[in-house]
Amino acid sequence: MDVSAEAKRIMAVSISKLYASRAQRGGMRLHRSLLLSVVMRSARDLYHSACLAKEREELGTAHLVQVTPEEGAMDTTASGEQVEVEVSQVEPESPLTPTIQEPMSSDSDAAQGACKTRTFIGKETVEDKENRSPVSPDRHSRKRRGKASVAPDFLPSKRARLSLELGEERVLRTGRRTCCRAGDAFTTLSLNSNRAIAAF
Amino acid sequence: MAGAGGGGNDVQWCFSQVKGAIDDDVAEADIISTVEFNHSGELLATGDKGGRVVIFQQELESKNQPQCRGEYNVYSTFQSHEPEFDYLKSLEIEEKINKIRWLPQKNAAQFLLSTNDKTIKLWKISERDKRPEGYNLKEEDGRYRDPTTVTTLRVPVFQPMDLMVEASPRRVFANAHTYHINSISVNSDCETYLSADDLRINLWNLEITDRSFNIVDIKPVNMEELTEVITAAEFHPNQCNTFVYSSSKGTIRLCDMRASALCDQHSKLFEEPEDPSNRSFFSEIISSISDVKFSHSGRYMMTRDYLSVKIWDLNMESRPVETYQVHEYLRSKLCSLYENDCIFDKFECCWNGNDSVVMTGSYNNFFRMFDRGYRQDVTLEASRESSKPRSVLKPRKVCTGGKRKKDEISVDSLDFNKKILHTAWHPQDNIIAVATTNNLYIFQDKL
Repeated sequence: MDVSAEAKRIMAVSISKLYASRAQRGGMRLHRSLLLSVVMRSARDLYHSACLAKEREELGTAHLVQVTPEEGAMDTTASGEQVEVEVSQVEPESPLTPTIQEPMSSDSDAAQGACKTRTFIGKETVEDKENRSPVSPDRHSRKRRGKASVAPDFLPSKRARLSLELGEERVLRTGRRTCCRAGDAFTTLSLNSNRAIAAF
Repeated sequence: MAGAGGGGNDVQWCFSQVKGAIDDDVAEADIISTVEFNHSGELLATGDKGGRVVIFQQELESKNQPQCRGEYNVYSTFQSHEPEFDYLKSLEIEEKINKIRWLPQKNAAQFLLSTNDKTIKLWKISERDKRPEGYNLKEEDGRYRDPTTVTTLRVPVFQPMDLMVEASPRRVFANAHTYHINSISVNSDCETYLSADDLRINLWNLEITDRSFNIVDIKPVNMEELTEVITAAEFHPNQCNTFVYSSSKGTIRLCDMRASALCDQHSKLFEEPEDPSNRSFFSEIISSISDVKFSHSGRYMMTRDYLSVKIWDLNMESRPVETYQVHEYLRSKLCSLYENDCIFDKFECCWNGNDSVVMTGSYNNFFRMFDRGYRQDVTLEASRESSKPRSVLKPRKVCTGGKRKKDEISVDSLDFNKKILHTAWHPQDNIIAVATTNNLYIFQDKL
């Protein structure tokens, strides 16, 4: 399908740009990363809804459906999700969700607008964990299971990224902080002087 | 006010000067990153990727040719910013000058603010054209005379010397921005200025470097919920309590500092409803505002997004009063422009002195002017080919489809590596400065 091929291509381009921006001089640009992840999300959502529509057509016969042809795409999307979470740490709302709402009334997660792909084994359906919506119970286990489950070496883990962000805040609050937030100054007078000049 | 004309009616633009290397092999450090006239228009400053600032000064009109405007010649060159390293994040801080803003002149010296991604500096540019000579106790070269040879008293007197222009950093405003600074703007009170990064805007006093006040903070508690960033900010030209900031979602917020110390709540929100028929993967990117500029009068403001320029009346938030398409023919090429990164280009825009004409850049070294009164627009090109002195620039035209006429350029022939991101208009005269990748073109209207 033309639309899904286009969406897949845009997803791949977006991911490669996000990776490339990590090596950029001056560090990752927040604005650019945000825009890239917005485009990638839109493309991903559209691609998944296109997949879903296609699978629906095939559902009618209730055959065993091999998802091998799509695993290649899933590889990209899985790592794309990892990149999205770990690299840019932005998950803006997808503006295209109104147009690609899937009528998955049986599934409460449908409200999130995320597309689910299912591996059909006989008549059972097993949820594809990597493309689950964010509110599912074990959202912290985003790591893929399966043959390509190991994340690439050059990707730092999510934990390391979070501690870096926290570390940045701690250091910036002490000593070299020169930014003063007027509101905070009044409410935090009782706290030590370092925190009183915390910008955020 | 000289030069009421603009893009249309009867104004003809002529080549005046070009600054910069001629060869096509562009050194990255020479890429011009900002252009700004000072308040009188006598000085023109450029900043480049190598962290240097070059200031040009307009020569006085010669008495022999009163009709000719003076040329701009190099007045001062200095290294404003150096590359730095953030050891905590293991990141290099680029020395590229993102913005230059002049302070209104108060005495013989000139002052400007220049900023890179993290640090703002206040530079004093002063002239020295005389020096004291005839010291009693030391020779002209500075060596002290043997005291026994000093038998008379003489007092040094100032003697004329060759003009020397000195640039010295008077203030360094550092360590206040976590994200990359995109704008600085001097307040009309001439005492304060703002600096804006992706998520925060800080207010500074020009005299105080170790403290700034945060006045806007749009950073969400959870960064995963981030949906928009600040792309530009500017103080109102007359009202020292008012400033605006634009966002990556195409909105502009006007804030009043009298309302509260923290201006997270806007006073006005300017937003145009999106045209659903134009929806695509890239709608969000092309709606991101790359520049916002108040008119000199303070009544209007102009925004630039990827494909258009919009003029907003500060009294009407629901939609712009005027919209000008810069290069609508690119709308069908957005996917390719996304792949080659051009869609992320941040074009600036500027007003002429009496707010009747606006100007912005495009690709293929084209730049566009829109005359608001006459409802005319023109496309001109900054190129070496049309750079004979006082030669009139011929309007260019892009062929959008069908049969290409003579002298038209087809969309596919446009050179997307030749982009004009930075332009400036003299505050009082019809003189414009247009920056191509590494050259600065100066054009003026035909007198």
